[in-house]
Amino acid sequence: MPETTIAVEARNAVKTFGQGAVAVTALDNVSVKIKQGEFFTLLGPSGCGKTTLLRLIAGFETPTSGQILLDGDDITNLPPNKRAVNTVFQSYALFPHLTVAQNIGFGLEMQDRPRAEIKDTVARMLALVQLEPMADRKTSQLSGGQQQRVALARALAPTPKVLLLDEPLSALDLKLRKEMQIELKRLQQETGITFVFVTHDQEEALTMSDRIAVMSAGLIQQVGPPRDIYTRPANRFVASFIGETNFLAGISDGARVKLGNGAMLDVVAPRGPVGLAIRPEQVRVVAVDTAGAILATVASTVYFGTDTHVHVTLSDGTEIVARQQSPATGGVEMQKGAAVGVVLAQDALQVMGD
Amino acid sequence: MTSEAETKAEAARTRSAWLLSAPALVVLLFAASGPLLIVLAYSFLTPGQYGNVIWEWDLNGWIGILFTKDIFDGTWGLADAHMTIFWRSVKLSLMTTAITFLVGFPTAWFIATRPPAQRAFWLFLITIPFWTNLLIRTVAINEVIRNEGLLNTSLIWLGVISEPIRIIYTDTAVLIGMAYVYLPLMVLPLYAAIDRFDMRLLEAGYDLYASRIRVLRRVILPIVKPGIVAGSILVFVPSLGAYVTPRVLGGGKNMMIGNFIELQFGQGRNWPLGAALSMTLLVVVMVALLVYVRAANKEGNPHG
Repeated sequence: MPETTIAVEARNAVKTFGQGAVAVTALDNVSVKIKQGEFFTLLGPSGCGKTTLLRLIAGFETPTSGQILLDGDDITNLPPNKRAVNTVFQSYALFPHLTVAQNIGFGLEMQDRPRAEIKDTVARMLALVQLEPMADRKTSQLSGGQQQRVALARALAPTPKVLLLDEPLSALDLKLRKEMQIELKRLQQETGITFVFVTHDQEEALTMSDRIAVMSAGLIQQVGPPRDIYTRPANRFVASFIGETNFLAGISDGARVKLGNGAMLDVVAPRGPVGLAIRPEQVRVVAVDTAGAILATVASTVYFGTDTHVHVTLSDGTEIVARQQSPATGGVEMQKGAAVGVVLAQDALQVMGD
Repeated sequence: MTSEAETKAEAARTRSAWLLSAPALVVLLFAASGPLLIVLAYSFLTPGQYGNVIWEWDLNGWIGILFTKDIFDGTWGLADAHMTIFWRSVKLSLMTTAITFLVGFPTAWFIATRPPAQRAFWLFLITIPFWTNLLIRTVAINEVIRNEGLLNTSLIWLGVISEPIRIIYTDTAVLIGMAYVYLPLMVLPLYAAIDRFDMRLLEAGYDLYASRIRVLRRVILPIVKPGIVAGSILVFVPSLGAYVTPRVLGGGKNMMIGNFIELQFGQGRNWPLGAALSMTLLVVVMVALLVYVRAANKEGNPHG
């Protein structure tokens, strides 16, 4: 294949709720292409528009302007029951009057598929989510994790072109959530169906996704594979939302950047004031007399088990966090107020726009 | 020794339990079972000359439900008039239940989907008719549908019709009256059921390729069924025994069981027949309820 096919596309999608002075723009001219068979995550804080975008694809909302395309066809004005797209709801929304098997078979039945086919598919889905013994139970008799699996099986049973998942793991406890993350990834790989996953949990997004779209204030801030998003955040919002980041202010002369405390860094940036970002694990705290180290004072240390976070203050008041493996002492005095050196990994320094 | 003390304590407990439940038992005996037993006893007695009963064993009250004695040759024949009244009562009650459901369901849905602050207002409107006497409400309906009433005058004034449509003193009039009177009894349990309905299930239904009509049939109706059952019972049972509405709107000819029973205790001067009819009505209602509840429960646990 010369080019990957696009499963879902949003073109200049705008969604405004309310009118006039109270109008709220949930999506502000969003365009995104989601590839066939990929695990695509919409990541952002609550109110960023990620769920609105998902609902536009599902058909529960129609865009104020712009288009939604499925396999290249314009589905903008198609009702949800005419779209080959299924949703796993945050609340699961299982039918309480039906058994597990009937819930899973509901979509197929509404498509008027033959009885034998429905029976086969339901059995296959029950096996896929390992719920065969529960087939004839009512959904209210299941645990949260089991209900989650039924919701997944129900949405997967009609073999949709795209599966939409609206924060499906948020109601589960931590251990179950970790299990379901692996389970979801397995299901996606086994079925080959395009998954569009909405979450506000950055760790979930990083571990599961093929690609992530980071959203904020109704806009897509950055789209890319998890590694790119983490190591090369496009802007200050992405850098601070995904993982922890140290922000440094400096002035560039075109070849080097001078920090507030006078230290010079070999970073190429446009002349004038610049912002730099660096991840805590790219910062090393060393002995005060180490050559090339920036002078700093230890403000505090926080012990996390495998890691220790060392908060240091530069002479101009800038605070930097260094994350290093415990035991963190390594011959360097880490008492509060101790003078230390700080080494920044030059190639990990990012020049930030705002 | 201990066991003897225990037995005593146990007996005391039993005594005080009976004593405490005595008021409830007295009420049950005199208010519920007592009158019923009197009616049952009267149904086996001989009718008196001027009403009342003579304390002599007689089965004619029960026989009279289905059969009637020819006044000329004294032979017994099937009572066609009674059959017509029974059939009309059942038919009108079923139709009333159906109409109140068809009108009440959208009404209850509308109320349940308003913002919570507004729902109390709409429910208040539904309950307002309860503040007025049933007879006055029925007479009001009479004012609307009679030949010179609001409906016909308006239609003639608008030029839609030239002659008044005759509604009053027909089965249709009884139906309109009963549907109006019993509508709140359908709306309130339906509202309670729809209020508990999780609206997110609608999206799940649409998402799984169900059309609007199929979401209604396959998702909404099965889930709110307890409300439908409750509302139907609350409308059907009083409809079957209705007295005021068929009397005022149906005239003398379009009798229902309630009027027929009243007739036996009044002009008919046949208390045993009236008592037997009352017991029959009671049994029919109880059987209908049992069958309905049984059927509704069975459907509620589907297999296959």
